[in-house]
Amino acid sequence: MNFRRIFLFSIPYIWLLALFLAPFLIVLKISLSDIALAIPPYTPTLDLSGGWVAFKDFFSQLDFENFTFLASDSLYWKSYLSSVQIACISTFICLMIGFPIAYGMANAPQEWQPTLMLLVILPFWTSFLIRVYSLIGILSQDGILNQFLLWLGIIGEPLVILNTNWAVYIGIVYTYCPFMILPIYATLTKLDASLLEAAEDLGCSRTSAFWQITVPLSKSGIIAGCFLVFIPALGEFVIPSLLGGSSTLMIGKVLFEEFFANRDWPVAGAVAVILLLILIIPIVLYQRNEQKMMEAKK
Amino acid sequence: MNYTKSSIVFAAVIMSAQMAWAEEVRVYNWSDYIDEDLLSKFEEESGYKLIYDVFDSNEVLETKLLAGGSGYDVVVPSGTFLQRQIMAGAFQKLDKSMLSNMGNLWDVVQDRTDTYDPDGAYSINYMWGTTGIGVNVAKVTEILGEDAPIDSLALVFDPANMEKLAECGVYFLDAPGEIVPAALQYLGEDPDSKDLDVLAKAEPLLAAVRPYVLKYNSSEYISALANGDICVAFGWSGDILQSRDRAAEADNGVEIAYSAPSEGALMWFDQMAIPVDAPNPTGAHAFLDFIMDPENMATASNYVYYANGNLASQPLLEEDVIGDTAIYPDAKTLETLYITTPYDAKVQRFVTRMWTRVKSGT
Repeated sequence: MNFRRIFLFSIPYIWLLALFLAPFLIVLKISLSDIALAIPPYTPTLDLSGGWVAFKDFFSQLDFENFTFLASDSLYWKSYLSSVQIACISTFICLMIGFPIAYGMANAPQEWQPTLMLLVILPFWTSFLIRVYSLIGILSQDGILNQFLLWLGIIGEPLVILNTNWAVYIGIVYTYCPFMILPIYATLTKLDASLLEAAEDLGCSRTSAFWQITVPLSKSGIIAGCFLVFIPALGEFVIPSLLGGSSTLMIGKVLFEEFFANRDWPVAGAVAVILLLILIIPIVLYQRNEQKMMEAKK
Repeated sequence: MNYTKSSIVFAAVIMSAQMAWAEEVRVYNWSDYIDEDLLSKFEEESGYKLIYDVFDSNEVLETKLLAGGSGYDVVVPSGTFLQRQIMAGAFQKLDKSMLSNMGNLWDVVQDRTDTYDPDGAYSINYMWGTTGIGVNVAKVTEILGEDAPIDSLALVFDPANMEKLAECGVYFLDAPGEIVPAALQYLGEDPDSKDLDVLAKAEPLLAAVRPYVLKYNSSEYISALANGDICVAFGWSGDILQSRDRAAEADNGVEIAYSAPSEGALMWFDQMAIPVDAPNPTGAHAFLDFIMDPENMATASNYVYYANGNLASQPLLEEDVIGDTAIYPDAKTLETLYITTPYDAKVQRFVTRMWTRVKSGT
C-alpha cells in the first residue's frame, strides 16, 4: 500500500477520531464525575502535571452513580421513550411524504429536475430558527392556518395546535423532510430504467414492478433518509421548546434542564451518553445485517 | 530600504491591531435592559470600543461563566446566581480605587445585596425589582367582580379564582426559583426555606392551579398582556410595566396594572460583576464607574422602567419612574418584600424536579 492510499484512507478516520470519538470520551468522562461548585462545575478534573499518581487518583474517583440515578427516576425513561416515539412517527410521516416527492422528481422531465431540486433545498436559505419561529405565527390560535380554516368553514372554533405534540410533529416533519427527499431522489435517478421495461415485457403490472423493482432498489436511499431524519429528531431541542407545550416530554428538553437549571453537567453527560447508545444500537444492527447479506451473496 | 520600511509599517499595523484588541470592553447584559444611547456615550467618553452582547436567562450566563473563558469583561447576574458564582470563584474583587462613583450607591439596596455579596466586594447593583402580578383590570374585574383581589397571591394561587380566570388566560413565569418561594409565602411558610419537607408543600398548591395556567414562559407575557390575549401574568415588575406602556401606546383599550402582592413579594437584584478571567479588567472598571454616574444611571432607569441602586440618580429620574410605587415601592411595601438565597445542588434538583412534575404531570 503506498503512502497516498494510506493518507486518503486515514482522512475519514482522523475526522471521526477528532470530532466524534474524542468529544464522546470527554462527555463520558464528565458523566462519571460528580457535581461541584467550581469552574468547571464537576470533579475530579484531570491534572496531567501530577504524573502517574494523579492519573490513577483521577480514575479511582470516577463512578457510575449518575447512571444509576437515571434509572431511579421515571422522568428519564419516559422522556427517552416519548422521544423515540416522536422521532419514529415523524420519520414515518417524512417517508410517506418524501418518497412520492422524490419519485415525482426523478420521473419529471430532465430539464425540470435542477429546478425541482432547487425548490427542495430552497428553505435552507432561511435560518432554521426563523422557520420554526414563523411556524408559531402560522399555528397559533389566531394564526394564518386557523383563520384560513375558519374562512373555509371547515372548523367553527380555532384549533389548539401550538403548544401541543401536534405542533412538534408538524415542525419536525417540515424541517427534516428535505433530508428524506434528497437521498431517495439520488438513488431513484440512478435506477436503471431498462429493468422496469424488462419487468413490463415479462408481464409484470406497473404497480407490482414498482414494489418489486423500484422500492427494493431505492432501499439504500430510504434507509439513509430515515437515519438522517430519525437521528436529529430524537435529540431535537429547539422544535419542542418553541412549538411544544409544557407536557411535551423530549430528551433534548431534559438535557437542557439538567445542564442549565440543575447545573449538573455529570447527569447531563450521562443522559447524553445513553442517548448516543440508543442511536448507535440500530445503526450497528443494520450494518451487521448488511454485512451478512453481502457475505450470503458471495 | 523598501523592505525595512514595509516591515516597520507591517509591525505597526500588527501592534495597533493588538492595541485595538486590548482596548475593547465586552459587556454581557440582559436583553432590553439599557438605553442604547448610553453605549455610544461610553465609547466617546472612555475611548474604549464597547462590544455589547445580551442574554435572557441567568442559567445561560451561569453556564458560560462556569465553563470558563467567557471572554466578557462585565456580566450582570441576579443576586442568588451571583452568590453561587462568587463561591465557585467566577469573579474578581473590585478595585474600588478605580470606582470614583461608588459613593452614589443607595444603602437601602446595598443592605440587601450584602446578603449575596458582603460589602459589595465583587459587584455593584445595576437595577432591581419585584416579582408580582400584572392584570388586565377590566377583564379581571368583569370576571371576579369589583373587589377582585388583584394585589393578592390569592388571585393566582386560589383554584376558585384561577378556574374563572382561565377563560381569559393566565401566564406564569417559567422560573421555579421565583414561583416556589411565592407559593411558600402564600402558605405562611418561609419563602427562603431549604427544607425539602417545607418545599414539598408548594407542590399540591401549584398542581391545583396548573390546569388553569395557559403557559409557563418568562418573556412572552409582555406582549400577550399588552395585546389582551391574556388577563393575568405572574411576572417581573418592569416587564409588566413595559407591557402597560405598550398597551397605552397602542391605545387598544387595554389597561394593565402591576402590584407586588400584599402578602409580600420577592425582591431581586441584578448585579454587575467582572469575571475572574476578564481580558480587560481596567476597561471593565471604567464601564462600572460610567454606569454609577448618576446621570447615566437615571437615563437607563427612565428608559427601562426599573428601579436602580443609585441614590444620587433619584433627583434625575422622571416622575413616572420615581413617583410610581410599582417601581419604587413606598416604605410600607418595602418592608413586606423578601429576598431569597441560592439553593445547593441537592435542593436545586428537588425544586427543578418538582417544577417539571407540576408542569408536565410526569
